[in-house]
Amino acid sequence: MNYKVMIGLEMHCEISKTKTKVFSSAKNSFSETPNCNVRPVDMAFPGTLPVVNKEAVKMALMASMILGCTQPEYLYFERKNYYYPDLPKGFQITQETKPAPVGSYGKLTYECKGEKKTVRINNLHLEEDAASSDHYTSCSRINYNRAGVPLLELVTEPDFHSADEAVAFLEEMRSIYQYAGISEADSKKGQVRCDVNVSIMDKNLDDSDPNNWGTKVEIKNVNSFSGVRDAINYEIQRQIDLKEDGKYDEMPQQTRRWDEESASTIFMRGKVDAIDYKYFVEPNIPKFKISKEWLEEIRKSIPMLAHERKDMYMKEYGISEYDASILVKEKPVADFFEETLNLGANPKSASNWITTNLLGNLNKMEITIEESKLTPSHLAELIKMVEDGEISSQQAKGVFTESLESGKSPKKIASEKGLKQITDTSEIEKIVNEVLDENPDIIEQYKNGKVAMVNYLVGQVMKKTHGTANPSLARDVMAKEIEKR
Amino acid sequence: MSYMDKSIEEIHEALKKGLVTSEELVKESLEKSHFVQDKCNAFVTILDEAKGTEVTDSLLSGIPYGVKDNYSTKGVLSTGSSNTLKDYVPFFSATAIDNLSKAGAVMVNKTVLDEFGMGGTGTTGHTGVVTNPWDHTRMCAGSSAGSAAAVAAGVYPYATGSDTGDSIRKPAAYCGIVGYKPTYGMISRYGLFPFASSLDHCGVLTRSVRDAAIVTDAMKGIDKNDMTSWDSKNVHLLDSLDGKVSSKKLCYIKEICDIKNYPNASDELKRHLENFMKTIDLCKSLGMEVDEVSVDETLLKASPATYVVISCAEATSNMSNLTGFIFGPRASGDKWDEEMKNYRTKGFSPLIKRRFVIGSYVLQAQNKDRYFHNAQRVRRLLVDEWKKLFEKYDAVILPVGSGPAKKLEGSKDALDKNTAILEDHLQIGNFGGFPSITIPNGFIDGLPVGVNITGNCYEDEKVLNIAYALEGAMDYKGQICKEVR
Repeated sequence: MNYKVMIGLEMHCEISKTKTKVFSSAKNSFSETPNCNVRPVDMAFPGTLPVVNKEAVKMALMASMILGCTQPEYLYFERKNYYYPDLPKGFQITQETKPAPVGSYGKLTYECKGEKKTVRINNLHLEEDAASSDHYTSCSRINYNRAGVPLLELVTEPDFHSADEAVAFLEEMRSIYQYAGISEADSKKGQVRCDVNVSIMDKNLDDSDPNNWGTKVEIKNVNSFSGVRDAINYEIQRQIDLKEDGKYDEMPQQTRRWDEESASTIFMRGKVDAIDYKYFVEPNIPKFKISKEWLEEIRKSIPMLAHERKDMYMKEYGISEYDASILVKEKPVADFFEETLNLGANPKSASNWITTNLLGNLNKMEITIEESKLTPSHLAELIKMVEDGEISSQQAKGVFTESLESGKSPKKIASEKGLKQITDTSEIEKIVNEVLDENPDIIEQYKNGKVAMVNYLVGQVMKKTHGTANPSLARDVMAKEIEKR
Repeated sequence: MSYMDKSIEEIHEALKKGLVTSEELVKESLEKSHFVQDKCNAFVTILDEAKGTEVTDSLLSGIPYGVKDNYSTKGVLSTGSSNTLKDYVPFFSATAIDNLSKAGAVMVNKTVLDEFGMGGTGTTGHTGVVTNPWDHTRMCAGSSAGSAAAVAAGVYPYATGSDTGDSIRKPAAYCGIVGYKPTYGMISRYGLFPFASSLDHCGVLTRSVRDAAIVTDAMKGIDKNDMTSWDSKNVHLLDSLDGKVSSKKLCYIKEICDIKNYPNASDELKRHLENFMKTIDLCKSLGMEVDEVSVDETLLKASPATYVVISCAEATSNMSNLTGFIFGPRASGDKWDEEMKNYRTKGFSPLIKRRFVIGSYVLQAQNKDRYFHNAQRVRRLLVDEWKKLFEKYDAVILPVGSGPAKKLEGSKDALDKNTAILEDHLQIGNFGGFPSITIPNGFIDGLPVGVNITGNCYEDEKVLNIAYALEGAMDYKGQICKEVR
């Protein structure tokens, strides 16, 4: 490609882990029932006033710290004034860069295809979400559940050079929000929304000089990571086509929107039609001093993030990097793993069960690990039963599958099925001799030097016992008995 | 025997002694309401179904009162005197009203104001002009016009008001009664329809300083729904009234009070300022020290413009919730923006629309620094100037307006440049959130005039005590209007 691409992101992520909304005492929770989490202030009834949710501010400051941003000395909010049916007050309470928002000028290292990359964060601010609307042919319906839900908006510098980098960053952010206990960051629930800036420039020009930058095109309302990837790639190609056709210089700075159905970006407005939001400081929220002590307290309470947990799994439990990466990819999986360990399970066994059996099965069942009927205590119990030789690994697989389907405890399943391992030497001796009696030709071959035939015979023992014989004991006994023949 | 023309303590005593019942008081107050409605057009709603309440030790129990119609009252029409809310019945009450209900007070009517408090004449409410009960060819001033008229006419001992520039303190002077707005945040604004949030104060209109103290004691208190409210449980306004003021120091401002500043002064203005100087002498005779001080005239003259810029900017934003979608009479239109435009165009009076235009203009990106930010700078300078005075003086004492109530005919809500500062200096009390009280201090041609005492934030007790002592030295305490025309 003859062009360099510059991409900047605005990532909006709802804070889903506070009890109440950001300026309202209504519940902050996703609900299928419209308009059930609503207080008068969420619908802007005359005389209602915003009250800041300290928990939301705390989480915003925590995100600010994780992103290496500077936190302000005083907390202010501002009004962004515009009219829209989903904005009952006629303004959104948000933050701008002056006065400083919850986070300014940070940077974050993330990994894209095994390579470490760094992106500069311009700012992070805390604001309220708008209501959501559904449009029908003859009317629109507004759902105020979302109105006032806390929202973190993160603005990056244009430091991404491909859709892959942008998406890798978003995935890193999603992981951070999840691990820090700030948000589920679930796009399916509409919790993550992005605006994307894309411009291209000739490859041989110096990208540190803003004069060489191309015309910035902003794409609004991209609501999934795959959408971000598609929108960026579409927009890059569209701009390249303009360059090749010699029409690029005529293209004005503009705002477009991503249309998922046609998989294309559509012109919304040019720079001259940009909205003047008439920002001013929200007078109903007094400026709030953010003390050093409080910041310190928040800093100490930052939970272990994905990469820290991954390091720990590798160093302390000797788990492979590959498996550790799988375990930390989704926080609920890492939590499941750690809970299993807390119940006394062997880390390697737990990791194996989760990475090779559990995740694949959940995937097939199309459920999340949080919906799994097999719990960490079930898994810990199962691992213990195998370790203690109560059941064989072979049997354990069947018990695992049944526990996953029924939610019954492994102990119960084993006793219901009468499963147990034969560990009694005399009993195994009896079966071994039966097998030997039935296979004189194999003994013959063994005696003639085909030593490996012993494996076949052990297999026959396992078959006769339906896998309940202890495999190593069966092997020892077989070796001894065959010599006697 | 009538009671509604007496003081709260006198009425309470009569109730306690069983000389009268709450039910009888309500009946008397409602009869007077209808009488005053015919004469002054002071009410949006008269609550003919109002019931008496149990008489307790609370001084306000069982006693009728009036509520300015920009207070949200549960189940009772609350219009803000605007067509945009002409059918709005809230489902919650303002905190201040809830507090009065808890004290056993009985709301008997809702009083007319200038539309949403945005006027100083009492002539712009959607139910028409409020006339002055002393002289029906004159205005009450505004915006708390109906409350002032009703208290002056003896409908009840007190009514609530709100004050953004002088909306309690000016009508009080024109109607010969007491008007008091406490320190910003002492009374919660939750449920008060906002005009300009950083300037809006709840307050009270009464016929004596003691009554103002009693009512405010009941209305005030920190409110979890209003972040700008503060804990005043250690402030006991009534208990602090001891009339001991001999060591107090007052000042008045030469640039406002000296007749020489007004070369074309009317006879009314001359007599008003002479009367004011008599009040100063009276203060001195009470043992207070009173100094004439000088304040930069340029700064003083910048006050009205500063007020217009800040109040209009905040009002434009505050009233963006009025779209007719959620409350108010919904307008017709093909699309949502057309519906909203029709609702707002039809619903608001021209005066308000003019203010919205100013508010939008001063907030536009290209004008914001020149107007809005400069206005905030001047606000700061004026407040600093007053704070400097409060370092040396307990309070500033100044005449209210340029004389008695103005004629309705030919009145415009426009500024007369010559006496602008005399008319508008009370705004400085709103800029600083200072406690400020107006009491009657005489008559000009049978019409009352007032004097204002303003102190530093949180010094409400001191301010009220000075007013109390001065009131005691004059003959206007508890006066009921005597109709002259």
